[in-house]
Amino acid sequence: MALDIIIAMKHELMIGFIIFLLLFWKIRSDEPNPSAVISVVNGLLLATVLLFLFESKDVVLFNQMFKGNELILFQKSILSLGMLIVSAISFTWLKNNKNFLEFYILLLSSLLGMFFMISSANMLMFYLGLELSTIPLAAAANFDLQKRKSSEAAMKLILSSAFSSALLLLGISFIYGSTGTLLFSELSVSLVENPLSIFAFILIFAGFAFKISAVPFHLWTADVYEGSPIPVTAFLSVVSKAAVTFVFVSVLFQVFQSLALTWTIAISLMAFLSIVIGNLFALRQQNIKRFLAFSAIAQVGYILVAMLGFAEVAQSSIFFFLIIYLFSNLAAFGVIGIVSEHTGNENIDDYKGFYQTNKFLSWVLAIGLFALAGVPPTAGFFGKFFLLMAGASKGNYILIIIAALNMVVSFYYYLRIVKVIFMDGNENPIAKTEAGLIPNLALLLCMAGLIVLSVYGPIYEYIVHIVQPY
Amino acid sequence: MNLLILLIIPFLTAIGILAVNGLKQVRTVAFIGSMIQLCLSFYLLNQYHIAKELGDASLMLFEQNYPWFPSMGVYFHIGVDGISISMIILTALVVVAGVLVSYGMEQLHKEFFFLLILLSLGAYGFFISLDLFTLFFFLEVAVIPKFLLIGIWGSGPKERSAMKLALMLMGGSAMIFIGLIGVYFYSNEVGARTFDMLALAKNGISKEAQLFFFPFAFAGFGAFTALFPFHTWVPDGHSSAPTAASMFLAGISMKLGGYGCLRVATFLMPQAAEYYAPVIILLATIAIIYGAFATMMQTDLKYINAYSSISHCGFVLLGIGMLTKVSITGAVMQMVSHGLMTALFFAAIGMMYSRTHTRLVAQLGGLLKVMPFISSIFIIAGLCSLGLPGFSGFVSEMTIFVGAWQNPNIWYRLATILSCASIVVTAVYILRAAGSSVMGPIKDNHFLKLEDALWNEKLAAVVLLSGIVVIGIAPFLLTDLLSPGTDIIMEQLLK
Repeated sequence: MALDIIIAMKHELMIGFIIFLLLFWKIRSDEPNPSAVISVVNGLLLATVLLFLFESKDVVLFNQMFKGNELILFQKSILSLGMLIVSAISFTWLKNNKNFLEFYILLLSSLLGMFFMISSANMLMFYLGLELSTIPLAAAANFDLQKRKSSEAAMKLILSSAFSSALLLLGISFIYGSTGTLLFSELSVSLVENPLSIFAFILIFAGFAFKISAVPFHLWTADVYEGSPIPVTAFLSVVSKAAVTFVFVSVLFQVFQSLALTWTIAISLMAFLSIVIGNLFALRQQNIKRFLAFSAIAQVGYILVAMLGFAEVAQSSIFFFLIIYLFSNLAAFGVIGIVSEHTGNENIDDYKGFYQTNKFLSWVLAIGLFALAGVPPTAGFFGKFFLLMAGASKGNYILIIIAALNMVVSFYYYLRIVKVIFMDGNENPIAKTEAGLIPNLALLLCMAGLIVLSVYGPIYEYIVHIVQPY
Repeated sequence: MNLLILLIIPFLTAIGILAVNGLKQVRTVAFIGSMIQLCLSFYLLNQYHIAKELGDASLMLFEQNYPWFPSMGVYFHIGVDGISISMIILTALVVVAGVLVSYGMEQLHKEFFFLLILLSLGAYGFFISLDLFTLFFFLEVAVIPKFLLIGIWGSGPKERSAMKLALMLMGGSAMIFIGLIGVYFYSNEVGARTFDMLALAKNGISKEAQLFFFPFAFAGFGAFTALFPFHTWVPDGHSSAPTAASMFLAGISMKLGGYGCLRVATFLMPQAAEYYAPVIILLATIAIIYGAFATMMQTDLKYINAYSSISHCGFVLLGIGMLTKVSITGAVMQMVSHGLMTALFFAAIGMMYSRTHTRLVAQLGGLLKVMPFISSIFIIAGLCSLGLPGFSGFVSEMTIFVGAWQNPNIWYRLATILSCASIVVTAVYILRAAGSSVMGPIKDNHFLKLEDALWNEKLAAVVLLSGIVVIGIAPFLLTDLLSPGTDIIMEQLLK
C-alpha cells in the first residue's frame, strides 16, 4: 500500500519536497545565492519531469479520492515541464528579484494543486485541487508590488476565480442532491438527464469555462495577462490552462457522458464564440501580452471544437495540442519576457526592426508564432488540424468550416508581428539582448519540441495508446 | 531510385547554407545543391523510362510508405508518375536559375538562400506525395518562405503584398483542408480511415459528398493557381517579390495549385468534376480574357508578366475543366511551359531592373543596343508567351485547344473560341512591351554605360531556355511522359 502511494504520488511528493526545501531556505538566517537556488530548483523540476519514465500502476487511493494511471502521470510530467520552462526563461528576472523564493513557493503550490486536481476521482477532491491551484496564482499575479496594474490583475483574478469557484461548488452540491454521490465512477452511472442535473452541469461547465477563459467567460483574461509579471502570465496561460483542460476533458467524457446532447450544443456555441471573438479582439491589440491573451482565447475555441468529436480521438488530439501549445506559447513568452526584463518594452511597435539586433530571439519568437498559427514544419500544424479532424469525426461540418476559415484571420495577426520583427525598419531598434545560458537552453528546448513533435509521429501514437483505456 | 533523396538534398543544402559564412560560400553551396538536385531529377526521368521499358505497369513508381501518424490515417507515402516527374524537373530547372540570378544578393544573403531552398523543398515534397495530408503539409511548408522572401527582400509595397499573398494562400489552404476532411470521412471504405490518394481513388466517394466538398478543394487549389476570382494576390505578390522569388512564385508555386486541382480535386472526385465543369470553364475563360485585357493596361513590366500569368494559368484550368485526355495533357504541358517561360521572363525583367532601376515601359528603351543578351531573352520569353511555334507555349496551348474542341458541347466550343482569340490580345501587349522597352531609341543616357549579362545570368537564362526549346521542338518527349498519368485520370472520370 505504501509503495502504491509512492508510485502513484511521486510527482506530488517531489513537488512537496521542493516546496519544503525552499521553505527551509527561506527561514535560514543568511541570504541564499539566487543562481544556486534557482539551478537546484530547475534540476529538481527536471527530475520531476522525468518521473513518468518510471513504473506506473492503475490505482485508486484514499477511499476513492485519488486515482493514478499512466495517462495522469504523463500529464503531470507535461505540467512539470511547463513549470520548468517558465522557471528557466525567467532566470534573469528571478535572479534580480529578492522575493524569488516566495515566487517559487507560490507557483509550486499551484502546481501541486493541479496535480491533485488531475488525479481526483471525487468532486470534492477536485474542488480542493482547483482551489489550491488558483489562490497562490492570485498572489503571484501581484508579484510586481510597485506596479498598480499588477495589483489590479491580482484583484481581478481572485474575484473572478472566487466567483467561478462558487458556481462550481453550487453545481457540485446540486449534483450531490440529484444523485447522492460525488465519486466520478458512480456519477457516470447514476447521472441521468433531468432538469436538476442539467442545471448542475451548466454551473460546473461555467466554472470550467471561467478557468480556461472561453467566451463569454473570458473578460478577466486580457487584464490579468497584461498586469501580471510575464513569468506568471506564462504560467497562467499555459500550465494552468493545460491542467484545467485535462480535467475538463476527462470529466466531460467520463462523468457527463449521459448529458452529451446538452453539452454538444453548449460547446459548439462556446467554440464558435471563442474563436471569432478571440480572433477579432486579437487583431487590434497593441500590447503584446494582451495580444497573446486574445490569441489564447481563440486557441481555446479550437480545443472546444475537438471536444465535439469521439472521446478517444478528442482526448488524444487535445492532449497533443496542449503539449505543442506549451512549447509554442512559452517560446513566445520567453522572448517577450527577456525583452521586457532588459528594456521594459511590451508593445508590438517596439519590436520594429528587432531582427537587425537580435537574430536568435527573432527566429524563436517567429517560430513560436508560426506554431500558434498552425504552419508547418512546426508541430502546430498537426496540433491544429488534428483538433479540427477530431471535431469533424462526428460531423459538425459548419463549425469546422468556420474554424478553418478563422485560421486565416489568426494567421493575419500572427504574421503582423512577424512583419514588424523582420520587415519594418527602425532607426533605433531594441538593443542587443543577451539572454544568458539557461533561458537560451529553454528556448532551444521549445524549438526542438516543436520540430520533433511534428517530424516524429510515435509521440502522438504514445498519447493515443495511453488515452485509449480511460 | 529512392525518392527520399529528393528531399534530403535540399535539406542538406539548407543546413549547409546555415553552416557557411559569406555571400560567396553561401551562393556556392546553394548552387551546388540545386545542381545536384537537377541532375537527380534527370536521373529520375531516366530510371522512370527504364522501369517503363521493363514493363512496370504500376500506377506509381518508386513507392515508399512509412507510418507517420497512423492512428489519424496519416502516412508518409511517396511515389511518382510521369506528371510528377515533369513537375519535379520543372522545379529543379527553376531553382537552379533562381539561385543563379540571385548571385548578387547582398542583404541578408544567408537567410535569402535558406528560404529559397526551403521553398523548393516544399515543392519537391508536394509533387512526390501520395498521401493527402503529407501533400497538404508540404503545400503549407512553402507559404512562410514566400511571405518572408517578398516582405524582406521585395520592392514597392512589399509588406502589403506579402501579407495579401500569405493570407490568400492560407485561405486557399483552409478550403483545401475542408475538402480533405470531406474526402477523408466520406470515402466508401472498409476499415481504418486513410488519406492515401490511391486507396481513396479506388474506394470512391459518394456523389453527394463529392458535390459538397469538390468546390472547396478545387477553389482552394485554384487560389494557388490564380483561379478567378481568387487571383488578386498574383499581380501584387509577383511584382513586389525579388527576382528569384517571382520566378519561384510564378514558375513553381502556381503549379502546385494546378497539380492539386488535377491530382486531388479532379482525380478523387471525378463525378463532381464533371458536374462542375461548366463553372470551371466559365471561370477559366473569364481569367483568360480578363487577364489578357488587364495586361494591356499595365505599364510596369512585372505587372505585365503577372497579369499575363493569370491569363496563362487560365489555360491550365480550361484544360482541366474540359476533361478530355488531350486537354488534360495540354494542361500539364502548359504548366511546365508556363513555369519555364514566366521564370525566364521574370529573370530577364530582374536583370533589366537591377541595371536600369526602372521597370516602367515608358522609361525604358533601346536596351537591345546596350545589353543585347538580356534584351534577346526578354524578346524570346515574350514570343514564347504569345505562342510562337518552335517554343513550348505553342505546343501546349495548341494541345489544350485541340482537346477542348473534342468536347461537342456548343458552349464549351464558344469558350474555346474566346480563349483562342485572347492570343491576339497577348500578341498586342507582348509586342508593344518588347517594342518600346528594348527597341527604339535609348531614352536615358546613363543606359549607355550599363553592362550586359554576367556569366551566372547567362547560364540561368540558358537553363530555362533549353527547356522551352526542347519542349517546343520535341513535344513528344513530354506527352509520352504524361500519357500514363493522364490515362489513370481519364479512367477515374469514365468510371
